[in-house]
Amino acid sequence: MTSDLLRLVTAGSVDDGKSTLVGRLLYDTKSVLSDQIDAVLASSEERGLDDPDLSLLVDGLRAEREQGITIDVAYRYFATAKRTFVLADTPGHVQYLRNTVTGASTSDHAVLLTDARKGVLPQTRRHLAVMAMLGVPGITLAVNKLDLVDFDRDTHEKIRDEFVAHAVSLGYDEDQVTAIPMSALTGDNVVTRSENTPWYDGPTLLDHLERVTPDRRGCDVGFRMPVQYVLRSDGNDYRAYAGQVVAGRVSPGDEVVVLPAGTVTTVTEVGTPDGPVDSADEGQPVTLVLADDLAVTRGDLLASADRRPSVQDEFDATVCWLAEEPLRPGAKVLLRHGTRTTQCRVPGLPARLDEQELAIQRDPEELALNEIGQVRLQVADALPFDDYADCVATGAFLLIDPKGGDTLAAGLLGDALSVVGADRGEQDG
Amino acid sequence: MSAPTKERAVTGVSVLEAEAIHILREVAGEFDKPALLFSGGKDSTVLVHLAVRAFAPLPPPFTLVHVDTGHNFPEVLEFRDDIVARFGLQLHVAEVQDWIDRGEVEERPDGLRNPLQTAPLLDTITGQGFDAVIGGGRRDEERSRAKERIFSIRDDFGRWDPRRQRVELWNLYNGMHKPGEHVRVFPISNWTELDVWRYVDERGIELPPLYFAHEREVYLRDGMWLTAGPWGGPGDDEETVAKTVRYRTVGDGSCTGAVESDAATVADIIEEIKASRLTERGAGRADDKISEAAMEDRKREGYF
Repeated sequence: MTSDLLRLVTAGSVDDGKSTLVGRLLYDTKSVLSDQIDAVLASSEERGLDDPDLSLLVDGLRAEREQGITIDVAYRYFATAKRTFVLADTPGHVQYLRNTVTGASTSDHAVLLTDARKGVLPQTRRHLAVMAMLGVPGITLAVNKLDLVDFDRDTHEKIRDEFVAHAVSLGYDEDQVTAIPMSALTGDNVVTRSENTPWYDGPTLLDHLERVTPDRRGCDVGFRMPVQYVLRSDGNDYRAYAGQVVAGRVSPGDEVVVLPAGTVTTVTEVGTPDGPVDSADEGQPVTLVLADDLAVTRGDLLASADRRPSVQDEFDATVCWLAEEPLRPGAKVLLRHGTRTTQCRVPGLPARLDEQELAIQRDPEELALNEIGQVRLQVADALPFDDYADCVATGAFLLIDPKGGDTLAAGLLGDALSVVGADRGEQDG
Repeated sequence: MSAPTKERAVTGVSVLEAEAIHILREVAGEFDKPALLFSGGKDSTVLVHLAVRAFAPLPPPFTLVHVDTGHNFPEVLEFRDDIVARFGLQLHVAEVQDWIDRGEVEERPDGLRNPLQTAPLLDTITGQGFDAVIGGGRRDEERSRAKERIFSIRDDFGRWDPRRQRVELWNLYNGMHKPGEHVRVFPISNWTELDVWRYVDERGIELPPLYFAHEREVYLRDGMWLTAGPWGGPGDDEETVAKTVRYRTVGDGSCTGAVESDAATVADIIEEIKASRLTERGAGRADDKISEAAMEDRKREGYF
């Protein structure tokens, strides 16, 4: 899918100036309008500050402003002549990793921050591992606060080399990873090229973000469409299945399989909001009319008959556990995949990621808040799925608390954990 | 039926439209009794058009709801009723005046009625048994709105707790809720004011005439040009003058200001917004200026 829209996620450790960077990006692209600036000036003055605190532009909640930290993910919008950006601004505190996962799940590109005085921190490595696992296709490291090390070239290059090596060990190509020396506070190399870094000949952050290719890893798995809603009119015998083409292409005459049932039929009409079309591609909303009168309902997956996903009722998957109460073997939860929600048991926890060492521990007793691990799952209805690495839309799932309804985990089907554990070996748990 | 072959690149506003249609279909599939808030303003008018497109050729499975403050512009109410009739939809109107008359809501000393909408809205949701309420809120409108999820759970008092929001991952929207709770849904969360106007342009969507430059008798109050009306004004010391203006938002007449503008067409408006140094709320909404966290506080109580 080509798009002039780039979805971005920012992440960093506490106090490395992330809100300031986002504020700077908005301010210097003139995406902040004067009434918002006035509000920030007034708030900064009330707090007794000499210069406007640009982080106040983005910390939207009362508690965030009071505590001076970002608690929750916020979405920001800015545009240049070349591109529109949706930016998921996520908190840096360890206990809010869930928000980083949230922002990363829909992003085409990640901007990770580090403080030039501190270099690549465990939290930087952890965020990078999350981005790699979720398949965020491009990474920029903002080597921030360079003004505090006299814009020292060696400092920047040492951090850059360490970061790029780490990203490569997680499966990134070198050309997917960029490090930019900057100071968000003073605006060096954010939107405007800095005179303080004559040794740097790369792009500013904004130049770079305008140029990167926004495509997530393409889904080359055949046609896929989870059925969202059945459109039925008894009056004229019209019945169509509404959904979004999440992978591949669909045309009238195509043979499709209805999963998990496994019945095969033919598409007779591909409807869109603008009327019937000869074909529809990934990303488009459609209403499909099928040749046979089958019991197709919300929750079913329509897929190419000749390129079917795997259908299983017991399998291993990778999860990032997002709830306070830890996950232990024997748990009963709900699993949401595509448009289907089904009951799910967790008979075992085969592995846990030691996110500091980026190593795999076998058979842990539990997964605690913000931990990533491999889980065994048994579902009441067999699940048709692709590996997350091959197709995000049919490889992602949620675990949900059957009591309160809260989302407990972000799930990735297939062997996503190997991405982060692969080159680091294993250790006993 | 004929099959026009037109491959359209999925770019810009089309990506946002596809996302919104996906969300609207999820609401229809997940909930028993969803409602769509429709005021006749540009954002909710775009929502109605998106809903009509999402379920074409059948009508969208949503009841429309309008909380009428009693201070709405007559031309907007007329437009609202036209849209309802044109698309053959059902509209439920909650009149704030009824709540005032029954003594359940008290008129404020400053005369603002926007903040009074919360009780009628929550009573309507409970009374009608709506389990999902779709609104036209956008994250670019205001700082606390930027924190809003697309599916946002409300407790059985209708309250929003920003610290207990669910994570929202990929496009897997979790609509689970306990009895008494409901879910607010914002399909155009990721749209900006400019996106809305580009969509209006692309789809040829009709809007109330207030959005376009016209001459109007207005008076100045707290830096905003207000129209004389039943909401009290002009006061004795406020002078009415004729100005060429338009509205960027068309909420309650007591707190929605007109901006001086010659933008008479959608194309003019797009150019004007690109050049504007004010947000639509900064330009035309008094109620957001009450305090640094005015919107957050109202949202916590159940406001949109």
